[in-house]
Amino acid sequence: MESATQPVGAAPQAAEAPPSGTHNYLTHERGLWSWLTTIDHKRIGILYAISLATFFLVGGVLAMLVRMELLTPGETIMGADAYNQSFTLHAVVMVFLFLIPGIPAVLGNFILPIHIGAKDVAFPRLNLASWYIFMIGATFAIGSVLVGGIDTGWTFYTPYSSQGSNAVLFMTTAVFIAGFAGIFTGINFIVTVHKMRAPGMTWNRLPLFVWAIYSTAIVQVLATPVIGITMVLLFLEKFMQIGIFDPALGGDPVLFQHFFWFYSHPAVYIMILPAMGIISELMGTFSRQKVSGYTFIALSSVAIAFLGFLVWGHHMFVAGQSPISSIIFSMLTFLIGIPTGIKVFNWVTTMYRGSVWLQTPMLYALMFLFLFTIGGLTGIMVGVLAVDVHLHDTYFIVAHFHYVMMGGTVIALIGGLHYWWPKITGKMYNERAGKIAAALVFVGFNLTFFTQFILGSRGMPRRYYDYADLLDRHPEFLGLHQASTVGSWILALGLFLILFYMLWSLFKGKQAPQNPWGALTLEWTHTTTPPSPHNFDRTPLVTRGPYDFYLADDVFGPRHTGDGAGDGAAQEGA
Amino acid sequence: MANTTAAEAHAHHPPHLQHHFVTSEQQFDAAKQGMWLFLITEILLFSGMFVAYTVYRVWHPEVFAQASELLDWRLGMLNTIVLLTSSLTVALSIHFAQQDKQRQMLICLVLTILCAGLFMFVKYIEYTGKFSHGIFPGAGYAPHGDYASYDIAYAPLFFSIYFVMTGIHGFHVLIGMGIFIWLITRVARGHFSSAYYTPVELTGLFWHLVDIIWIFLFPLLYLI
Amino acid sequence: MGDNGTLWLPERASTMAGEVDALFYFIYWVSVIFFIGVTGTMVYFSYKYRRRSEADRPAPIRENKLVEASWIVIPTILVSLVFTWGFKTFIKLSVAPPNSYEITVRAQKWAWQFEYPNGATSNELHVPVSRPVKLRMSSVDVLHSFFVPEFRVKHDVVPNRYTTVWFEATRQDTFQVMCTEYCGTLHSSMLAYVIVQSQDEFNQWLAESLLDESATPAERGALLYQQQACNGCHSLDGTVVIGPSFQGLFGTPRTFEDGATATADANYIRESILEPSAKIVQGFAPVMPAAYSGLSEEELSALIAFIQEQQ
Repeated sequence: MESATQPVGAAPQAAEAPPSGTHNYLTHERGLWSWLTTIDHKRIGILYAISLATFFLVGGVLAMLVRMELLTPGETIMGADAYNQSFTLHAVVMVFLFLIPGIPAVLGNFILPIHIGAKDVAFPRLNLASWYIFMIGATFAIGSVLVGGIDTGWTFYTPYSSQGSNAVLFMTTAVFIAGFAGIFTGINFIVTVHKMRAPGMTWNRLPLFVWAIYSTAIVQVLATPVIGITMVLLFLEKFMQIGIFDPALGGDPVLFQHFFWFYSHPAVYIMILPAMGIISELMGTFSRQKVSGYTFIALSSVAIAFLGFLVWGHHMFVAGQSPISSIIFSMLTFLIGIPTGIKVFNWVTTMYRGSVWLQTPMLYALMFLFLFTIGGLTGIMVGVLAVDVHLHDTYFIVAHFHYVMMGGTVIALIGGLHYWWPKITGKMYNERAGKIAAALVFVGFNLTFFTQFILGSRGMPRRYYDYADLLDRHPEFLGLHQASTVGSWILALGLFLILFYMLWSLFKGKQAPQNPWGALTLEWTHTTTPPSPHNFDRTPLVTRGPYDFYLADDVFGPRHTGDGAGDGAAQEGA
Repeated sequence: MANTTAAEAHAHHPPHLQHHFVTSEQQFDAAKQGMWLFLITEILLFSGMFVAYTVYRVWHPEVFAQASELLDWRLGMLNTIVLLTSSLTVALSIHFAQQDKQRQMLICLVLTILCAGLFMFVKYIEYTGKFSHGIFPGAGYAPHGDYASYDIAYAPLFFSIYFVMTGIHGFHVLIGMGIFIWLITRVARGHFSSAYYTPVELTGLFWHLVDIIWIFLFPLLYLI
Repeated sequence: MGDNGTLWLPERASTMAGEVDALFYFIYWVSVIFFIGVTGTMVYFSYKYRRRSEADRPAPIRENKLVEASWIVIPTILVSLVFTWGFKTFIKLSVAPPNSYEITVRAQKWAWQFEYPNGATSNELHVPVSRPVKLRMSSVDVLHSFFVPEFRVKHDVVPNRYTTVWFEATRQDTFQVMCTEYCGTLHSSMLAYVIVQSQDEFNQWLAESLLDESATPAERGALLYQQQACNGCHSLDGTVVIGPSFQGLFGTPRTFEDGATATADANYIRESILEPSAKIVQGFAPVMPAAYSGLSEEELSALIAFIQEQQ
């Protein structure tokens, strides 16, 4: 890594400051057909954005319905079967149709090639095919609802799932097909990062977002095939009773759980690693400081990607696996906490002696630190064997994973969306609306989910349609459920507000300058706003790291001597 | 090359070179790397089934050993030789592509398809043989006649695994055959040369994987 | 009844609960400290180093290896500690003491059944206080899970094999067993009572639970109606729970899914108990488990007599 005392290298071409593009990737071709046949990674990112936003809305509405039902004991708005299908579909849609494709499909597609100085991904046609494959998978998921729906939970545990309705066949097909979209995206990103970096873009100069997406791609490639074969086997179990998971036929239901979680645990790292990449970018840009511990953060992403394959059994401590297995899995689970902690501490110290600018993206980055820390620490709690015995399959677990998946991934995604919105759309969103919505989301989220920690540790099981019969011994469940439901309304309000002002900005937003945040990654310094179809007029030559603000006179102008140590020498850390 | 403009680059590039790549070599390397990654995912897909096989074999070793007697190892050996031969012919076709020998390339690809077809034919014989004795995957398992003594607990599990593993493998053979037919039409139209034969190379890699998976399937299912 | 727990945890009613809670609170407070550390520092830095002007460009900070090392080493020590402690307590939770009183548990959609060493069965779990109790559990259909929050115990109940859980209750009271593995429509109703009694009261209850020889068949049937958990799906007052109500059932004509009809006589009732899927009445789902084939002739007659009595 360059030390701050080296002289600045040859100034990159961005000094020419290309004008805000009137001819850009959005205007280059017009019409629906040009969008549906595009091979431009930026347009494909937008296709994914629209689909994923739609699925997030569907999953969110289902969540609202689930919480509404729990507002009062007994039946509130639906019966038991409808409720069980609602929470199942909520999770399936959120996990497979939103979180897993998630940040890589939207922001990864749009930003990654530009971050490394490439004109596109390695396989643009495969990229478009991925989107279509994903949509076909999603269609099968919707199909499963139309043929009666499933109520197995998103975990499809056997023998309940192999004995139930035929809708399971549709859903397993949906997951199988959608999985291929993830595999192809992963392959695309790995080869792109290996083969298409611009001259001077060494591994050490890659933005941390790229490291994150790259690590995620490794997990996608290695893990997704396992859910693929699991779905195939479940399909055949249901369709032909091959007997592999059904004890009545000689099979083992716990074997299904091993298969399922061997993918589904790495899957949560597919969800969180890209989010962490976004946070690195936001912390760097909005502290205008080098991201503390660059090497540690980069390598911890890779470490988490690999370690993530070793801990699946922590979902099965009380499932009937041997105590020895449980012990080993618990130990490995703690190991993963360490690189995660390293990241969080480094992000905080990035702000030290920085210049912190509390714009909406930064508010979401700070919100991430708050919420993900809670999520991560409660993850450690449930990794402890004896404590997990009490907490497993209760609302504590529900709260834990919502804190990391929603408080982590979704919050980071929203932050990243705000951050890159000017670049993607050429418009600025309304900053005041951004701050108000962030406050609503923060309050709503915590009210919804913190109460669920208490519900869970006090004994409220998850996936329960009704708690009326529990109120005798646990009267506190009522108040906690009601508070959680009210929280969901506030959260929904905040999220709808975001949707509203973002769409509004498309029509009425101010024109965005080329680099509103003063960031140094290539999308801000070397492309127009919005970018041209091939991103760069000339292939960039990279001569400095992505967070070398102190050296970037070409972007900020010459340094004044009043800026801290006038001679450019680095300051000592604490 | 670093600072050429888009316009300059466009004027010089060969027809197969896509716009986002700088050189043919970069494009070819990228394509191969992508294919290798895809093959890794295929290995993982099959490994799930190998795990299932291993688990149940460890739990019921005698039943599995006994049930596997019903699989004719000679037919399995024949198929192994057939697939190995087809891997040879596809490797040869790539060799000829590199030397611009169009006719030999075409012949080798045709031979590959014939081998694949023979493989599927042998599998057809094996499957129908099983069916005629009442050995079906899953709930349909009902061995009768000579095979009635195999109506024992956990034997259906062995055969279900056999059908699923060889079935998914056979499905990949069929896909391979389809791709080879497409390749042959392109060879006939002169799309490939020593400068550009990437699709042949990639299909060859895929085919080698199909072969290697069979090399593992055969002893586990037929021989032990 | 009522709960005397803390904000986070229900009351402690077993010998292991104290240890589990101690571990919980240790991690909880360490987490609180880390959380305050992280978010407190974050808020403080946001304020102290807030941007004063657009042109601000602070000098880079040289990495401090000591700080980096400390936040690797300290968490590693803490997680090792917590892991070891958790693992030791887990071993104790997993291994029942040698002289435990064994009760067999049968889980089905959507009821629990408990079988005692003397042959008595019940849909309630009665246990003697201050004595280790070991449950040998199995499911007749899908996955279930046995959970009593106040005892801090939980384990999945799996078809085709036994899993175990043990506890030693410390208070005489009534607690709830909850199913914590999703098992279908009435998963949230799959509850049972754990009644912790003195050894004497327990012995007495146990003796009374065996079918009383001098009771009439219908009285014995009433007991079986509860012990075999028929009451989970069949009401006595006309309401439809999952299956048909027993009120006024006997002797009435029944119409089945395929259009055929039959009268609900003794043979029909007997078949419905032993082969529940043989005839499904229109409007009902074929979900009655085939778990009652082990009932003796006496027990079948008793149930039939009981059902016949329901007007």
